[in-house]
Amino acid sequence: MTAHTAPPRAPGTGPAAGRPAPARPARRRRRSLLPYALVAPAGVMEVLVHIVPMLLGVWIAFLGLTQLNIARWVQAPFVGLRNFATGLDPSGPIGSQLYAALGRTALFTVIVVALSWSLGMLGAVLLTSRFKGRGVLRTLFLVPYALPSYVGTIAWAFMFNQRDGVINRILVDDLGVLDHRPFWLLGGNAFWVTVVVTAWQFWPFAFLMLLAALQNIPDSVYEAAAIDGASLWRQFTRITLPMVRPANAVLLLILSLWIFNQFNVPYVLFGPASPPEATLVSPLIYQQSFNNWNFGVGGAMSVLLLCVLLLASVLYVRLVLPQGRSVDD
Amino acid sequence: MIETPGFKVLRAVGLTVLSLIVLLPLYVILVTSVKPLADVRGLFTWFPSTVTLEPYVQIWSTVPLARYFVNSLVVTTCATVLSVLLAVMAGYALARLSFRGARPFSLVVLSTQMFPGILFLLPLFLIYTQIQRTVGLQLNGTYLGLIITYLTFSLPFSIWMLSGFFASIPRELEEAAMIDGTSRLGALVRVVIPVARPGIVAVAVYCFITAWGEVLFASVLTNRDTRTLSIGLRSYASQQDVYWNQLMAASVVVSLPVLLGFMLVQRHLITGLASGAVK
Repeated sequence: MTAHTAPPRAPGTGPAAGRPAPARPARRRRRSLLPYALVAPAGVMEVLVHIVPMLLGVWIAFLGLTQLNIARWVQAPFVGLRNFATGLDPSGPIGSQLYAALGRTALFTVIVVALSWSLGMLGAVLLTSRFKGRGVLRTLFLVPYALPSYVGTIAWAFMFNQRDGVINRILVDDLGVLDHRPFWLLGGNAFWVTVVVTAWQFWPFAFLMLLAALQNIPDSVYEAAAIDGASLWRQFTRITLPMVRPANAVLLLILSLWIFNQFNVPYVLFGPASPPEATLVSPLIYQQSFNNWNFGVGGAMSVLLLCVLLLASVLYVRLVLPQGRSVDD
Repeated sequence: MIETPGFKVLRAVGLTVLSLIVLLPLYVILVTSVKPLADVRGLFTWFPSTVTLEPYVQIWSTVPLARYFVNSLVVTTCATVLSVLLAVMAGYALARLSFRGARPFSLVVLSTQMFPGILFLLPLFLIYTQIQRTVGLQLNGTYLGLIITYLTFSLPFSIWMLSGFFASIPRELEEAAMIDGTSRLGALVRVVIPVARPGIVAVAVYCFITAWGEVLFASVLTNRDTRTLSIGLRSYASQQDVYWNQLMAASVVVSLPVLLGFMLVQRHLITGLASGAVK
């Protein structure tokens, strides 16, 4: 399967051929087309599905694109900065929604990442020790991650149902903590429901990555610390945390990006239009583009989002990642 | 950690809490899926009045679930196979062959991972429209369009993980094979890929899970005939009445393939990550 994408090569041009000394450093080898042939298919797909659409996305923000001319979008009129004026004006009705959503999404990201990381770390530390039933629990904890996202979310939507959902049953009927049945999927509560559901789906990923990282810490390090009288907390802060630091740097970046860009959970919980108090950035752009047919305004918002994410990631990579794993080792 | 009595108590409490958090929704899904319709019309009950498997029979006729299932299976399987193939090739090149542009390539590929799907959705839709207009190849609403889209989504993470994985395999293995006269590609196929199987399997599962659960692009790039499960399941709720028992039964059915696959390879996934991604 692999061979058909590489160009046919004469036997003599293989990197090791004709040279009796294989220990020769790689740089001295004759330039070969093989690496390019190997990365080309992946590169072409990336360009077609990611790079070109991203550039086109910026271009769309300058077009007057509506549902009338979308089929012939190449001929859509150029409108300059009009979309940006509508979509990014902090005092306008649409622009103000965008900035509110950006702030809300940042808060959402911080809370969900903190929750997911804490739960994942707790699970990973507890499951690194050996005891009966460890394998079963490890599998169980990974289920929310393996489960299709929409399945988990549909179940939570059912559970948060105001009249007969299990959450209100537990809180009102079984435990008696509340004396009325709140509407969880409306207003401000909808934000917290999104937090709970997203954290439920993402903590197993943190668990998985941290579990893998913890496996690389030898037991003897903890044994030595315990002999020196270090408490559990001290062992955690002085051994565990520093040792997983490289993995953590990458994990937190990936988690933050996934959660900041969250679309599935709100879409399945609330449908195409989230409650205004719980609207995150991705769903807002979707609403502008596909519910309100404001493709250009959606595009202008996308450009701003692109800039925000670029800036945040560059800052993160500059400040944190040098201590972690570099991307190409 | 060393197992002091204090740690054991902490472990028991912590693991109980985590288990309850995970189990509650799973229990609700399972128990609801075996309830008669009358049971799901009122307040949630912890146990069904009678256990019935009827929802599992009815789900197939209420909405065209089998159709959605086949659609998801075709799209996800093709996307996974192609994505793994491309990631093995690119990952190997990055790990083993030095070439001009390797670093920019991996940086650009990885950085596409940070942007939300919503940034690509409309432009991709427009590109697919234009391709159809000029070349006549239909990509909107077809398997092909969705496969191309999904296989690219999991590529960055897969390439990154596999290149880490390949780099951790001793060079001597391939060099020995190449001294014996095997070409580099031959060494990749016959020596490196078998050794890297845990990592490749882990990546394949990751691709499968990603594509099987995708909602955003499926909502725009599919039509009535190619609709996948992630969008199709909504049909149970858009009827006059929400058939919660059927919806939950369907949830169980659509989760089984990924859950089974995941459980078979989860050990590989953890070793794969331990030696590849997190080092």
